[in-house]
Parts: sequence; structure tokens; C-alpha cells
Amino acid sequence: MSVASWSIVEHTGRGPLGRDEMARVLARDIPRGAYVNLGIGQPTTVADHLPPDSGVILHTENGMLGMGPAATGDEIDPDLINAGKIPVTELPGAAYFHHADSFAMMRGGHLDLCVLGAYQVSASGDLANWHTGEPGAIPAVGGAMDLAVGAKRVFVLMSLFTRTGEPKLVQECSYPLTALRCVDRIYTDHATFEITGGDRVLVRETWGISFHELRSRLDVPLAAAAP
Amino acid sequence: MTRVCTSADEAVEGIADGSTVLVGGFGTAGMPFELIYALIRQGARDLTVVANNAGNGDTGLAALLKAGRVRKVVCSFPRQTDSWVFDELYRAGKIELELVPQGNLAERLRAAGAGIGGFYTRTGVGTLLAEGKETREIDGRTYVLEFPLAADVALIKAHTADTLGNLVYRKTARNFNPVMATAATTTIAQVRHVVEPGALDPEAVVTPGIYVDRIVQVPS
Repeated sequence: MSVASWSIVEHTGRGPLGRDEMARVLARDIPRGAYVNLGIGQPTTVADHLPPDSGVILHTENGMLGMGPAATGDEIDPDLINAGKIPVTELPGAAYFHHADSFAMMRGGHLDLCVLGAYQVSASGDLANWHTGEPGAIPAVGGAMDLAVGAKRVFVLMSLFTRTGEPKLVQECSYPLTALRCVDRIYTDHATFEITGGDRVLVRETWGISFHELRSRLDVPLAAAAP
Repeated sequence: MTRVCTSADEAVEGIADGSTVLVGGFGTAGMPFELIYALIRQGARDLTVVANNAGNGDTGLAALLKAGRVRKVVCSFPRQTDSWVFDELYRAGKIELELVPQGNLAERLRAAGAGIGGFYTRTGVGTLLAEGKETREIDGRTYVLEFPLAADVALIKAHTADTLGNLVYRKTARNFNPVMATAATTTIAQVRHVVEPGALDPEAVVTPGIYVDRIVQVPS
């Protein structure tokens, strides 16, 4: 019986993952042929790490399935952009639709997976990723709240600590929430976590840090993924 | 009956002060720039604008904001790298913002166009954007009640129209335009091409002409 993929893997002989490596680790876990929405910013880079034969079909909430890579040179068409408003290309078999249909397919549970960035995720899977709540900050929510409740699974891609060293995986979010109990997995530079709905967050894999060190740096109950 | 106008200025005639105006587009894709510029020349003020964003750079919707014609913006994503016109007005307290999750924005417009008095959605439950709103348990899940968003005028952009107002769009420039076309008392479309009835494949029409009051060809 193979249990290796479900046992914690600790890569302690190296530093934490770089941004590209984080995206590659997440891309590795996207099921073949899945319908996937990649959020704006770093989640968008996950597309660069999908194998050519993955069969993954990318959704962009501004009205397209079958989105291709970023457009360059003569391919750039102002009528063909992604949710981050970056010019993209269409793949054979692409489909266009209007915004109400685009969000109906999202909110109706037809997307297999979305990948979002985050300011904070709580141990129970609450997500905070749209507003810092700081005075003078202009709030912008876009499709984050719809994606978080609509996709069948929600993967978060984020650094584990802020620039000042504060953990972003927390017991309770202090930033305004995007959605309650919606996150399934968190891919970070130091570790990959699974939110189980139980009283502990499961650690699947670590980089540049051991499970025991990780436990001392986070204020949430952790369990090592076990066979 | 759809009227084919000879200029954008003719197309926006009669828009009253205080109107609620839907503006199509996602960023600048599908934004009806020439209709917006005509609206600036037309002079209506104290407007409530419903759009996904709150303008980019100094053009299009941003120019309407800059001209001081907009009292309130209803949108999902005002803050962008080039949204300085909105940002400045907002920080100075010169414009009101109603922030709506993008899917709720689309569905509220759809509800308005389809005669639906409201709908329950899971989007926003437990967040600041659902504070004070009615919630309901349905099949063990919590939903929040959202109301339709109807408007006086929709300014939209399509690729090709026939003279009956049937519209087809191009790529992701479609975005909010078809759903906005359904949600306004008067829908005004700028299009790149106008063709005779019969020239569009009826199977390919996205917005049937019943929703479209005025069209104007803008060959940009």
C-alpha cells in the first residue's frame, strides 16, 4: 500500500520555496482536466507550471473558458483580456459568455477549483483577501467572494508570514472576511496545509523548516499528515 | 423599436440629471467610450453610475468622473493601478461608493432585467458586504438576500448590430454588456458595424433587439 503521498514530507535541507516554486508545487496538485479559475496576481502564474497535456481548462470571470497564455506582440487584442486585465490568448475550444453566465457557472458549483491569494486564512478555513480595513484604504472585492463560495475547492497561494514575520495562517482572521470556512488547502513558501474541518490543520509538506519548528512559529494546532 | 442614430450625441439625448446609468465594460474592454464622451458633452449630472470598475487613466468612465458628473459609483473593483481619478474623488469625500461583489452585481442586473424581485446568494455571507441584510437558511446553508439593480439608462458596446438592434459581441469585450442591456429603461449601444436584418446569424445573436432602444455606429 502506498502511503508516501499522505505522509508528511519535510525538506529541511533547503530554504523556503521561491514564488515560482510555490506555483509549481500547487500546479502539480491540480487534477487533470479540471475547470480552474486562477485569481489575479500570483495565482495567475500557476498556469505557467501546468504540464502541456494537463487538459486543465482555465476560466476567467470576465467571460471565457479555454483561456490561453498571455498575449505578446501581434497577438495582443484589447478585446481579449483576463481578470487582471492583461491581454491573453484563446485556445482551441474556447468559449465566451457574459458576466451573469460567468458568475452563474462559478456560483452554481461548476468550477472544480479556484486559486486565490490571501492576507490571512484561519484554522477553520475562513479567508481574508479583499480589504485591509486600514483607514484610507479603498476597498475592492471583484469576484473574490463569489469564487470563494462557488468553486468546489479553494486553494490559497500565499507566503506564510508577512514581511514583519507575522503568521498569515491564524486562529481567527483579524482582516475583514471574504468568506467563511471556504479554504481547502494553503500552499505557502514554508509548507502546504490542508484544512480538514477538524480541530487541527494538517501539514502535508514543509520546505526549509521542520514540522516541529513550524508548530512553534504558528499559533494554530497542527498535525503532521500521517499514513 | 430600435432607432439607428447618426451620432453618439444623438444617441444620448434626453438622459436626465440624477439618472442611474449602467456602463458596460471590464476595465476598458467593452467600455462604450464614445457614448461616455457624448454624455459628458450632453451635460447630465448628479448621476449614479453602475459599472464593474471606476474608470482607468483619464479616459472613458474616468473622464466622466473627472468632469464631476457622478454622485455615486456602484461597482465591484474600483481600486486599480490606474484609477487615480476615482481614488482622489473618494478620498476627498466627493463621491459615494457602493461596493458589490462582482457576481452579485451581475445577478442583480440580471434580476432587474428578468423581473425577479430578489434572490438569495451565498456570496458575502458573514462579511462586511452583507451586514444588515436579511439572511435565510436553505437546505442547511446560509444565504443573503440581494435586490435587483435597475437603471434608467444603459450605455453598452457591441461589435455588430443589425438595424433591428440585434447584437453580437467580440471576445471578452462582451462581459457586462448583454446583462446591462436587459436592466435599463433605455439601452443605448455603440457598435463597430451596422448591418441589414438577415445579415446576422440568428443562432449567434447574443442580445436580441427587444432590449436595445438606440444604436450608433462608431467605427473604432
